[in-house]
Amino acid sequence: MTHYSAFSVFRHALRGNKTWGRAWRDPEPKASYDVVIVGGGGHGLATAYYLAKEHGITNVAVIEKGWLGGGNTGRNTTIVRSNYMMPGNTMFYERSMKLWENLSQDLNYNVMISQRGQYNLCHSPGQMDAARRRGNVMRANGIDAELFDRAEVRRRLPYLDYTENARFPIHGAIYQSRAGTARHDAVAWGFARGADRRGVDILQQREVTGYLWEGGRIVGVQTNRGDIRAGKVGLCVAGHSGHLARMAGLRLPIETHSLQAFVTEPYKPLVDTVISFGAAHFYISQSDKGGLVLGGDLDMYNSYAQRGGLPIVEHTLASAKALMPSVSRLKLLRHWAGVMDMSMDGSPFIAKTPVDGLYLNGGWCYGGFKATPASGWCFAHTIARDAPHADNAEFTLNRFERGYQIDEKGMGPKPNAH
Amino acid sequence: MKRLDQGGRIDRSKPLNVSFDGQSLPAFAGDTLSSAMLAGGVSLVGRSFKYHRPRGVFSAGVEEPGAMVHLRSGDRHEPNARATVTEAFDGLVSTSQNAWPNLQFDIGAANTWLSPFFSAGFYYKTFIGPFKHSTKFWMMCETVIRKAAGMGRASLLSDPDRYEKRGAYCDVLVIGGGVAGLTAALAAGRAGAKVLLVEQDTALGGALLSDPVGGAGDAWIASVLAELQAMDSVRILTRTTAFGAYDGDTYALVERVTDHLRVPEDAQPRQRYWQVHAKRAIMATGAIERPLVFGGNDLPGVMLAGAVRTYLNRFAVLMGERAVVTTNNDSAYSVAADLARSGALVTLVDMRAEVAADTRARAEKAGVFILTGHGVLQAKGGKRLTSVDVVPVDRGSRTSGAVRVIPADVLAISGGWAPAVHLWSQRFGKPVYDAASGSFIAPEDPDKPLQPAGICAAAASLEDVITQAMRRGAEAARATGATGAPGDSPAAFDTGAFWQNDLSPNWAVFDAEGRCKGKAFVDFQHDVKVSDIDQAHLEGYVSVEHLKRYTTLGMATDQGKLANINALSRMAELRGMAIPEVGTTTFRPPFTPITMGALVGHEHGRHFRPTRLSPLHHWHAENGAQMTEAGAWMRPWYYPEKDEDLRAAYIREATHVRTHVGIIDVSTLGKIAVQGPDAAEFLNRVYVNGWKTLAIGRLRYGVMLREDGFVMDDGATARLGEHDYVMTTTTANAAKVLAFAEHLLQTAWKDLRVHVTSVTDQWAAFAIAGPKSRALLQTVSGADLSRDALPNNHWTLAQISGVPVRIHRMSYSGELAYEVYVPSGHAAHVWEALLSAGDDFELRPYGTEAMGALRIEKGHVAGPELDGRTTLKDLGLEGFASSKKPFVGSVLRKRPVLEDPERPTLVGLEIDGDTGAKAGSLLFAANEEPKGHGDGWVSSTTYSPALGRNIALALLKNGKARTGEEIRVVNFVGGEDLKARVVSPQFFDPEGDRQNG
Amino acid sequence: MIRINCPICGLRSETEFTYGEDASVTRPAMDESAAQPWLDYVFNRDNPRGWHREYWHHAQGCRQWLVLERNTLTHEIGTCRLAREDAA
Repeated sequence: MTHYSAFSVFRHALRGNKTWGRAWRDPEPKASYDVVIVGGGGHGLATAYYLAKEHGITNVAVIEKGWLGGGNTGRNTTIVRSNYMMPGNTMFYERSMKLWENLSQDLNYNVMISQRGQYNLCHSPGQMDAARRRGNVMRANGIDAELFDRAEVRRRLPYLDYTENARFPIHGAIYQSRAGTARHDAVAWGFARGADRRGVDILQQREVTGYLWEGGRIVGVQTNRGDIRAGKVGLCVAGHSGHLARMAGLRLPIETHSLQAFVTEPYKPLVDTVISFGAAHFYISQSDKGGLVLGGDLDMYNSYAQRGGLPIVEHTLASAKALMPSVSRLKLLRHWAGVMDMSMDGSPFIAKTPVDGLYLNGGWCYGGFKATPASGWCFAHTIARDAPHADNAEFTLNRFERGYQIDEKGMGPKPNAH
Repeated sequence: MKRLDQGGRIDRSKPLNVSFDGQSLPAFAGDTLSSAMLAGGVSLVGRSFKYHRPRGVFSAGVEEPGAMVHLRSGDRHEPNARATVTEAFDGLVSTSQNAWPNLQFDIGAANTWLSPFFSAGFYYKTFIGPFKHSTKFWMMCETVIRKAAGMGRASLLSDPDRYEKRGAYCDVLVIGGGVAGLTAALAAGRAGAKVLLVEQDTALGGALLSDPVGGAGDAWIASVLAELQAMDSVRILTRTTAFGAYDGDTYALVERVTDHLRVPEDAQPRQRYWQVHAKRAIMATGAIERPLVFGGNDLPGVMLAGAVRTYLNRFAVLMGERAVVTTNNDSAYSVAADLARSGALVTLVDMRAEVAADTRARAEKAGVFILTGHGVLQAKGGKRLTSVDVVPVDRGSRTSGAVRVIPADVLAISGGWAPAVHLWSQRFGKPVYDAASGSFIAPEDPDKPLQPAGICAAAASLEDVITQAMRRGAEAARATGATGAPGDSPAAFDTGAFWQNDLSPNWAVFDAEGRCKGKAFVDFQHDVKVSDIDQAHLEGYVSVEHLKRYTTLGMATDQGKLANINALSRMAELRGMAIPEVGTTTFRPPFTPITMGALVGHEHGRHFRPTRLSPLHHWHAENGAQMTEAGAWMRPWYYPEKDEDLRAAYIREATHVRTHVGIIDVSTLGKIAVQGPDAAEFLNRVYVNGWKTLAIGRLRYGVMLREDGFVMDDGATARLGEHDYVMTTTTANAAKVLAFAEHLLQTAWKDLRVHVTSVTDQWAAFAIAGPKSRALLQTVSGADLSRDALPNNHWTLAQISGVPVRIHRMSYSGELAYEVYVPSGHAAHVWEALLSAGDDFELRPYGTEAMGALRIEKGHVAGPELDGRTTLKDLGLEGFASSKKPFVGSVLRKRPVLEDPERPTLVGLEIDGDTGAKAGSLLFAANEEPKGHGDGWVSSTTYSPALGRNIALALLKNGKARTGEEIRVVNFVGGEDLKARVVSPQFFDPEGDRQNG
Repeated sequence: MIRINCPICGLRSETEFTYGEDASVTRPAMDESAAQPWLDYVFNRDNPRGWHREYWHHAQGCRQWLVLERNTLTHEIGTCRLAREDAA
């Protein structure tokens, strides 16, 4: 396996780029694995990677019904941040941020972590107060956060609407300088290559259709291309968690909703950071290629369709123009949707399930991409040790029964409100 | 390149002033920017994305990958304008983009020499940097990369133009105004259906517009169009792109109303966004020509064959005196023949070994020299084409003989055509591969409301196009209930060009090792070469999606319109599979890039979101109120006197309430009429406290929970009659509470005879608070409001200045206070009557900031405390909860974590010092290191005029037990570290003597 | 743009409605004092891929809550009736 570097690129270029090896194998499955991870997205691949790297468990298969990284990993708006306020969330996302900061080196794959900062704009004194509370929690937990007033935001982001005409005047913003973006596909590919190097089998084009049971315990999976036995089965299929859990007889506190994303034609550098609008569910950044990447709201109704509805298209573009009037003459190039596990409190699950042998990683709502490394790290820990790490200890399925709702927005048990 | 003296669909009597990079172009009405460029001899128009290679005009349509420019200037500047679909207008100014220092000499072009190192996936393997736990190295490199990337430069100025949104309904939407679309519209229109026909081009006719002027096609269009235009039920929109097919049979269109003018005229919008609900739709979108792949196929001078013909016949631009046409199908023969007839020396290089005799004969008759079994190995030239290396090729597209060099100034290429099935795919998923036509089409499914017709359904001949379109049009009309007869098909006619008869699968020319010679491009804008696909395959990025994402193929502004099929062909060869096994990607909207402003319409600036105004809004504005937003409402924040700032004003206003009397507009409170025999039972279920005993004439404060047991809202409800209550909610939660009530009544509690109706807009409300409030109100209303006549939490009817009003006695400020409910239409009258009568009592208006100060002094909770994560116990409201009845949330509020005695609970804080604490600060024990999530947080703060000090409400762990404790209040982001003493949240008049007095 | 055939108002665009919630869960009776039925009602979902019974509120119309059958995979619309008249 080639170690990637400028030197290796140079060496292969001299040979006409005809000598590159595969980034990951396309192996025949074994009859049995210690751990089978269902779902070859970022989270599943990261889990396999950390099982091998941190726990020495290499007899692992990742089973993917399509092509790896083809679900939400390849459909999101690539934002990375760790600005969470609720106990149970704060340190988990900060673990993720720390892993991101070393991920390219760790994987020997440039996942293009760009810490270009993120602004959450505030449009009322009340929003400033809420932002201050969030920022203070972050700072008290060793996470960087700054609160800017209107003048400072204007100095930094002069292209937003500061006129009298703005429907939602900008009062200020909370800023995390270590936040930013990453290259989403590269995250899946980097983890895949890293896991493969450590012996993990990645099995694409194979759909799990059921489980193998022995005495009430899950001991493997049925797939459309044969059964595979497993010591433990971990689900990393956000968007379809409910579907795979139901096959195991579980109903989850999750609904599947579609979330839209948008990209414009490529332009020269325009927005050099990530900006979240405080008056609507909308955020904007610019990719290295130059496209403005716009994130919108859920379509609000349950959907597995991976395509978005027109009202949210209009709403998202209106938000873009409300925030940054000059985008009006720029052109939308493509819009698409991913299907999200929307949980009942907006926070995820990384836990053993009530079914023996079955472990769940899901419920990521909008926040899955930024969580990818920590999600894999903590899920690997949970599977390997049969107990959660402190950072994912609250991401249990029984937290609703206990009354421990990790509700960053305070919206209550409405999955489409988070 | 030259403009011919005759022919074309341009109006030589209307010359236009058009320029590119300062060069004046010989343009006429009817030209596009690209045809004017070509007529003016401009071959170099832009630079590619990655290698900054020279780019000329490649196509004549929406698929253009290279001829992208900056259009207009100032606040109408538009980057990435496609010259091929930009209509020429008088005063058009365009400039080149993505080149530095200039288009002719672009430093970035050095990248092309480094291209072996910038191979597929290059970014993922490099720039990782030597430093652990640091992203600095990559970010440094990224800054340079970002500057080189992007295409055009965007303006930061606000758009001066206007956009419109419009909804429309029709029976049959026909998308595309070529032969198929016109025919389908004719059939549907004759049958009596209401038809909307849309065409993205400026004129109808589709491919026929590329035929020589005056041919049979022109007559055909004229006759069909005349009949269509005579039908009242048919509406035709040109310059209109159907860019998306969405759920609910909704189609999104953008009409470019005035983009062909220098500035919009006659109060017209720049563009109009149409949302069309069509019972049936016909997709007559034709096909897009596919390039052939060989070395140097991106050089300016290499063009799609169909485009060469369009420039010749539509725009009277002959692309060169020496032309080479290369093809794998019949469609390019008419291109070659038309070029030859216009005087060019034409060599036709056909990759197929055999060609139908009549096809060949027609071209040869025009003077075309034909080489069958040959392909183009390489196109050569610097910034434009100078010669073409032609070689014999075998059936597998490999060279099988010696190179012959043909000098050429244009190379027209045709690799067949790809049906434009985008809209179908957006809505219904992946298209299927049709082996007969070698293309992806929509699968046959008569039940779908969107049906393809014509070439986009791979019709094999013009007769087929017409027959099929007639049938589709008639079927669509019938499905919508139209009963008329579609009549006879318009007759077919002889057309020189038809899309791709006798297509061979050859798509590239390879040397003996199976490689293309030189740089052979598949994606022209993103500079993706055949060798990049080969490398992606070597590295295991073999699925279509991996290939696309790893190489960026198909992700340029043409969204793969040119690249997709050739890329699939290569991957199929490499994997030893058939094309359909390799698969394809799903097309995403929009079909072509869409101006964002168009979809926004008027909903920008102030009109981004509606604003709700109280019936007293104008009074507030005229009296100098500073406004603040609450929910969607604008509310008076404070009424500054002279140069007062917020702080001075609210302290004065709050003090005035405590010493005299103040009035505040609370019309924004949610008001819900709850009526019916079971109204009390309903209230008993939604509120935590009991309602069965509330007498007529009384009112009561209530709290309601969410289903999960957290506090949702609070407010007072008055019993107006036997079955008649009026509930108030907080301003922010009004809509939520009403919808929730309706939901419960219509789904779970269908047996309750209760009706809930919003009366928020029908009733204005003013709170009048302060020691002089009773005297004031008695004076203006004449009613007896004495303590005995109207105790606290009672209401009465009265009249003020002739207007019947309802006076509730209740207090939020802790003062003796009333709320006056007035029919909205009389609100201003009553408000002014109160104020003028109030001169004796020194009645003054106060705003929400003073209201906040007063309620904090009283320890009343509001939005910051009702944050969706607090319980009755947390807020000190447990006493309201009835233990005698179930209510919404009564079971789940008892979950263990919610009963934890350590939970943060509402406390008051007396803040040390003069500055006051900021809401959102964290609380820590005095001896504790301030880290983690703290012991609690400050929710609301104010300077208390009554207490003469800074106070706050906070939620503090185990709060009640910590009364008297000195704690730290830390605002990390503000650099503040204060001390405070924990006290009861009822800072002011805890006994309630004033409000009950 | 989903279009819903409101039994009171006729065929209307999605923008007039607000999505409510899963209509296949049944609210326990008021006097239900055990936690589990409430937990199931408030939190746990079948979340089907395919046909789904769901509540929509015609908030910008007749203010009626509707029970709509809709396919979550294809967005096809099935029957729509007033929640008041829904037997299930």
